[in-house]
Formats: sequence, C-alpha cells, structure tokens
Amino acid sequence: MSKVGLIILREYITRVRKKSFIVMTILGPLIFGGIVIVPVWLASRENTGQKVIAVVDDSGIFGDSFQNQGDDNIIYEYVREPLEDVKTEVPNGYRYGLLHIPTIDLDNPQGITFYSEGSPSLNTIGEIRGKLQSIIKDMKLSRSSISKNTLAQLETKVNINTINLSKDGTEQKGSSSVSSAVGYVSAFLIYGFIFLYGAQVMRGVIEEKSNRIVEIIISSVKPFQLMMGKIIGVASVGLTQFLLWVLLTFTVASLAFSIFQPDLTAGQTGAFAQPMPETDIAQAAAVSQVQEAIDTINVPFILACFLFYFLGGYLLYGALFAAIGSAADTDTDTQQFMLPIAGPLIFSIVTLASVLNDPDGPMAFWLSIIPFTSPVTMMMRIPFGVPVWQLALSVVLLVGGFIFTTWVASRIYRIGILSHGTKINYKTLGKWLFHSH
Amino acid sequence: MITALNVLDTSHIYKSYATHTALKDISISIPQQTIFGLLGPNGAGKTTLIRIINQIIVPDSGEVFVNGEPLAPRHIGVIGYLPEERGLYKKMKVGEQLLYLSRLKGLNKSDAVSRIKNWFERLEISGWSEKRVEDLSKGMQQKVQFIATVVHDPDLIILDEPFSGFDPINANLIKSEIMQLRDQGKTIIFSTHRMESVEEICSHIALINKSEKVLDGSKKEIKNRFRSNTYEIIHQGNLNGLSMNYEVLQQSGLEDDHLYTVVKIAEGLTPNQLLYELIQHVEIHSFQEKIPSINDIFIAEVQKK
Repeated sequence: MSKVGLIILREYITRVRKKSFIVMTILGPLIFGGIVIVPVWLASRENTGQKVIAVVDDSGIFGDSFQNQGDDNIIYEYVREPLEDVKTEVPNGYRYGLLHIPTIDLDNPQGITFYSEGSPSLNTIGEIRGKLQSIIKDMKLSRSSISKNTLAQLETKVNINTINLSKDGTEQKGSSSVSSAVGYVSAFLIYGFIFLYGAQVMRGVIEEKSNRIVEIIISSVKPFQLMMGKIIGVASVGLTQFLLWVLLTFTVASLAFSIFQPDLTAGQTGAFAQPMPETDIAQAAAVSQVQEAIDTINVPFILACFLFYFLGGYLLYGALFAAIGSAADTDTDTQQFMLPIAGPLIFSIVTLASVLNDPDGPMAFWLSIIPFTSPVTMMMRIPFGVPVWQLALSVVLLVGGFIFTTWVASRIYRIGILSHGTKINYKTLGKWLFHSH
Repeated sequence: MITALNVLDTSHIYKSYATHTALKDISISIPQQTIFGLLGPNGAGKTTLIRIINQIIVPDSGEVFVNGEPLAPRHIGVIGYLPEERGLYKKMKVGEQLLYLSRLKGLNKSDAVSRIKNWFERLEISGWSEKRVEDLSKGMQQKVQFIATVVHDPDLIILDEPFSGFDPINANLIKSEIMQLRDQGKTIIFSTHRMESVEEICSHIALINKSEKVLDGSKKEIKNRFRSNTYEIIHQGNLNGLSMNYEVLQQSGLEDDHLYTVVKIAEGLTPNQLLYELIQHVEIHSFQEKIPSINDIFIAEVQKK
C-alpha cells in the first residue's frame, strides 16, 4: 500500500472507531427526525392549554355571537354579573381572564378591555381581537344584507402550477416550495459538514504537532503526503457518516411507514363511511401535491451535485483548516485565523434567503460561481434549475479553487508543523508561503 | 572526502532561515560502524543538519551522500530517526502504532509484525501490544519510541538528544542497545549538548558552534591534538627548585599531607625526564598525563572564536 494510503487508512479507522462517531451516526437521523417531528408534535399539543375567558357584555349587541368550537384555544363564557364582581373573582377562579365590552359604536368600537392576572401573550390578544373583528364584520355584513354564504362563494382558492420549460421543448413540473426545502437542507448540510470535518482536520494537525509525533512521521513521508492523507481520510469519514445517515433515515422511515400504514388505511376506509371533513380533504390534496412535487425533483442529479459540492467545498476549506492547524500550537491559537476562513461560509449561509428570493439574480449567480461560497449557494440554486454553463463554470472554478488552496496550505503546513512556540501572525504566514524550501 | 567506507558524507551544506543562518559550510564524514557524536550548544544548528539528512528540509546548497550515493527518497528506509521533539499518538495502541510507523518506513506487514515482536522480547515489554500509549508511563513510552526508531533495521540511526527525558535506567538500557547495534554493523549519530554522555561511547565527533563546524575527527585523534604536555602528579613533600623547563600550573593540598600538582613541560621534553626530575624532590604516589575532556576542548574551542 502506498504511504498516503496508509495515512488515509489510519485517519479513517481511528475516527470511525471512536464512540463519538458511532453515537453521532445513530443520533443523526433521530435528531433530523426530531427537528421535523417536534414542532408538529408541539403544535398538536397546544389544544390542551385551553383558556377560559369571561365575557361581560354591557353593550348587549354581541348576544350569542361568541360561539365556542371544541378545539379552539379560548373558551368564552358569558357572565351576567357586574364587572367589579368578576374582576375580583378572576385571580382566584379558574378563568384566565375577563373581556369587558362597554357600550360601543360598531363603526368605532372604543373601550374594550381585557383583564387578566398575568400579561396575556400576543397570540391570545390576537386571537381575541380576531374573534371580535370577525363578529363585528359579520354584523356589518348582515346590516348590509350580505349573507355569509354569498361571501364564502366569493372567495376562491387558487393554486399555481409551476412548469419549467427547457430549450429542447420538454416541460417539467416544478414546485418552488419543495425546491426551496431541498435547497435549504442540502446547503445547510454542506455548511455543517465543511465546518465539522474541517475542524476535525485542524484538530488532527494540532494533535500531531502537540504530540510531537509529526517529526517522526515526516522523516518517513513528505509533509504534503501527510496533509493530503489526513484530509482525504477525514473526508472518507464524512462520506461514510453521510451514507450511513441516508441508509438509516431510509430504514427508519420505511419502518415507521410500515407501522403506521394500518392506521392510515383504516382512516381511509372510515372516510368512505362518513363524509370527510373539509379540512381533511384539503390536507389530502396538499399531501398529494407535495408527493407530486417531490417526484419532479431529480434525486440522482441532486445527490451527485451534493456529493461534488460537499467534496469540493470540503477539500477547499479542509486544506485551509490544515494550514491553520499547522501554524497553531493549541486550539486557542487558531481563533485569530478562523474568521477569514469562516467568513465566506457564514456569508453564503446568511445570504441564502435572498438567493432563494431570486435564484437567478446577480447575487445568486456570483455567489454560486466564486469557489469560496459556491458549495453552499449553488446547492440552494440547483433544485430550481441552473443553466448548464453556469454549473460547469462553478464546477471548474471549485476544482481550481481547491487546487489553489491546497497549494497555499501545503506551503504553510510544511514549515508550520515544525515551528513550536513562535508567535504566528499573518506576516509570518506570508513569509512561509513565499519562502522557497 | 567521499569514500565507500563512509555511511554518510555532507559536503559544504548551507542553510539559512528568514532571520538567521542555521548552517554554514558544514562538511562531515561518518565512517561505517561508528558511534558519531554531533556536538554543540543549543541552537548551534545540529537539529537543522539532522533534518536535512532526514530529508525533512532541503539545504540551500551543498550535498548529502548516503553510502556514497546522493541522498534520495529511497534512503528513508536506511535511516532511523529519533527526533529531539518526539511523541506518539496517545490514543493508539502500542502494537498498531509501531506497525503504522514501520510500514510508513516501507516495511511490509508481516515483516513489521515479526520485527516488532522481536524488539518487544529484546526490551522485555511483551504484552504491551494492546495497551494505549496514554496508559503507559513516560519511561515505557520511551522504549516504544526507541523501537519505532530501529524497527526497520536501518543502517544509520540518528538520535537527537536521546537521553533528554530518559530516566537513568532506560538511558543505560538504550546505551547498551546502541553499543550492540554498533557491534552488529550499524552506524549511530548521536546529537547532544551534554558532552559527558558522549565521552565514553563515541569514537568520532564533530563540534558545531554558531552554525559552523569547529572541529571533527576521531575522538582519539582530537584528544591527541589537544594534548598540552601537562601532567598530574600526586606526591608528598614540597615541590620546589624545579628547573626552568617545568612550569607548575596548579597546586592544591589533599588529605594525608598529599599534594596535587599540575606541571607543564617544555616542548621536546619527555615525561620520563619530568619523572627523573621529580624523584629528586618528592615522593610520587601517582603520575598521569592530563588529557583534556571533550568538554574542555569544546569550551576552549568556543572561547577561542
């Protein structure tokens, strides 16, 4: 086996054997699942926190307008007692608060007040306000002799199908929401992977340097071989982790699917017996739309791009991380050099939203061409479709970019790993860079 | 002078760093099967020279020859190197680590395994193979480091300050291993600023001071060169009335009325003539030539500049 091969193998095996790798590999899909499931679960739990609110209606015009629906967050109770009595009762009773409606003018309602023990959340106030507004709106409508049904008929739901036209005349159905989701996820994954594994390269270099084993190693191999062996070894660890995540997520998902499927079919047969509630129909439609949209995504192509931009971006930054590690004696020494390296990456993440707004705009274009930002930005753009020449240019520049950073890094690295205790600043790095060996 | 008998020759090596010159016109020759002391104070340039021999850095000018051939990457397997700044991967097991290091030197797996086993037995550390380096004591780690240096059976072994950090027991063990290796035909370069550790085991030395070679050659020849015709005498009775040819350099009293005197004799006279002169004045208990130690020579040479 070649010497670089031996180094790659050592870097790979020592990392894959670590407990933290195994734990992260198992936890990763669970965390991803959690990020998706927990908000949904939390949202579904909100019902249990129902608030009871007393309504004292001095105006008398609201009558029975406050109707409660079972799953509303707020339950309104009409109280026919004097305001002052209810006010004293609220802090001690089961009620969350008290809504007092004085005699008002429908066109200019003034003096409506909400009393409660603690400060109500913006959501609660918003909900009460919305309720009042819709009741007043209904009243005004009936005053103008427009029935609710007439109004409902006026409202029309519009869906816009997006279809991407290409020069050869084929049409492709697209969905910008699914594209955004795919773009976001892959952009963030690349960002995370570059930082995670770049930092591992850096720490590995510092470890070898502070362990003082580096001089023993480079009496057997060239510093460049050691650096590349480490970078490639760590990249293989990253790829392994990613593939395991994909496999595990797929396995977990299909397991979950096979467990929940009976419920699903039962629900569907039940739906034949009694008419499906309107919201369920809408949901089913949405689900089928999403599925259709997912089918429009070219998964192998996106996966291939993801792997390329992950590797390209990682190699570009990994070399720089290695150079920083070689110049530092401890982790803390690295901080002064981290910002210029992390800067472009963070910038590409911060600008994702504006890239999303205009995936073909000048900002999106330039950021996806420049090698330091292209791995993240281009992954955001690819699901929306990118002209071939732009993709090709970006690929070529990224390859050129990592060859360049590797060259720069190797020149700093070869001197850095043998320097102990010297104070390193940019001037020293520059000297090392241009110092002929 | 480059001869096939020399394991290593360096020829007019120059090396400068951004701020200082590390080596200036260094030419040394290291004969086969010798223990060669590369001596000099800290910062003299010893480590730079060693790194050049190990192909870690490249000289600005000058050439290095191994067995008469210009230094090339294939010589990596011929050289074993124990750096001054040395360490091991802390989380790796001893056996795996030695296997990795020896394979980087070009050994194949089965050779490496059997040699590591031999060395484990030789240094009586069998059974360490599965231990992690971080669980070993410092002395134990040093043994592992020494094995890593010699496991690929190099012809030339370079030890940079080998005894710094070694406890006395390990230092003696390593010393005897070094002698054994020399007897097996290996050549050892020994770099140190501690002259006394060199005196007993080195047969050849080179002195480097402030990037320049001060002197080199066989220890015996160098010592001869620095003989100063001085003799140490332990005697009873006062030493007075010596002729002009003899100069008393130093005198001090010892217990039991004995005196210690250092006498320098004039050029062309022999020790026998001095003895003859002395017998007439005092009773002699001991008489020997004062041969300078490497340390004395070194200090004299450095101060001369």
